[in-house]
Amino acid sequence: MAEPGFLGVVGFGSQGWGAVLLSGAVVTLAAALCGLGLGALIGAFGAWAKLSGGRLLQGLAETYTTVLRGVPDLLVIYLLYFGSSSVLTSVAGLFGQEGYFALPGFVAGTIAIGIISGAQSTEVFRGAFRAVSPGEIEAARACGMPPFLRFRRIIAPLTLRHALPGMGNVWLGLLKESSLLSATGVAELMRQAQVAAGSTRMPFDFYIAAAILYIVLAMGSGLLVEAGERHYSRGVRRT
Amino acid sequence: MNLPFIFETLERLIAGIPLTLELATLSVAAGGCIGLCIALMRLSGRWPLVAFAWLYVQLMRSTPLLVLLFLIYYGLGQFAAVRNGPLWPVLREPYWCALIALSFNSAAYAAEIIRGGLLSVGHKEREAALACGMSRLLYMRRIMLPLAIRQALPAYGNEAIAMVKATSLASLVTLMEITGIAASIASETYRPIGAFVAAGALYLAITFLLTRAVKAMEYRLTRHLRPPPTAPAPYPSGASA
Repeated sequence: MAEPGFLGVVGFGSQGWGAVLLSGAVVTLAAALCGLGLGALIGAFGAWAKLSGGRLLQGLAETYTTVLRGVPDLLVIYLLYFGSSSVLTSVAGLFGQEGYFALPGFVAGTIAIGIISGAQSTEVFRGAFRAVSPGEIEAARACGMPPFLRFRRIIAPLTLRHALPGMGNVWLGLLKESSLLSATGVAELMRQAQVAAGSTRMPFDFYIAAAILYIVLAMGSGLLVEAGERHYSRGVRRT
Repeated sequence: MNLPFIFETLERLIAGIPLTLELATLSVAAGGCIGLCIALMRLSGRWPLVAFAWLYVQLMRSTPLLVLLFLIYYGLGQFAAVRNGPLWPVLREPYWCALIALSFNSAAYAAEIIRGGLLSVGHKEREAALACGMSRLLYMRRIMLPLAIRQALPAYGNEAIAMVKATSLASLVTLMEITGIAASIASETYRPIGAFVAAGALYLAITFLLTRAVKAMEYRLTRHLRPPPTAPAPYPSGASA
């Protein structure tokens, strides 16, 4: 039997794993996107808590970012995945349900990378809010805007513009962190590459293919972030 | 989650600290050396070197460390030439594979940090050194590197912390460092929360100490930027000789 070459194995032919790899890439993107959304939500709350919360909220936000910065991502993912299943199983036991209950790996993993990226987003948003000049917020207040309108029309757009480069970094980190979900069996790009590598005994080709796909994802989103930055700072004069 | 179990777990996890620290220290050191070479290539102004350095940093920074690790540990064994080659005793060991992957990954980040530090060294310092008759190497050793290191230290501290965290991936190629031991405790005892929380506390302690060490080093290296401990006594205006 003729050995299929690199392109034969990772392509879309009869012996190709291209479709499997692409489906993995889609799951990777989905996990990273959900993580980004959750992380941005946590980050917005965290930044608000750090900037204008009471002492208790500030302390909580500070502890959250410090702990998440000092603990490996893999450990957080393990804790969420295995920890949530042990909690769920014992809660189910309280209701008289026997057996093993667990969150789906995708959900637990997405929550985990959301919590990890939330700590980074908190710092990004906090820095970005600091960069909004107080005069603009004062002007909004002087126009008589109520707090919510002020937030929606002035603070949010300005903060987001300053936060865009930082959030671009958070997103690249998320794409890479999502590869760790393979350790809990989520069928994302890395996992699919492992499966393909195991059944064809060609690990080198498949990990190279996975690397290429990650690079494509990273470069593509890098271009998008750049375009976004250009779009959202078109009202700003570059000196 | 009960405290005695966590203390018991901590006792077992402590056995993994040496391996974690060893991997982190060696990979930061090796990554720093490779990163310095890459940064010098990037700044050399010769286009093949510049292009290579740029490509290296881009590729390493946009692929997950896990891919690199598996590529080296599982991937290289695919080729008979590697399996029969002289490097096989090294590439067969998960320890060396983890170390190589961590070092090459760290080198890319280190290169960017070092490049930023080197670019921050001013032209005047360079001119002064050359005017004193220093050779290029002496200038690099005595002037450029100390100034660049001072500039790059905070970012480098972050990179060192990131490497401590990254060593947890070594557990995925069967190494029994802190995360590996925690995972095996979790699967033995069916108490994942206690095991992983204890491991997290250990990592937190390590990174906390590391942050303090970097802060202390920064403090020492910026001695000249602090105001003197006591202001020198001003000359009495009438007492000039």
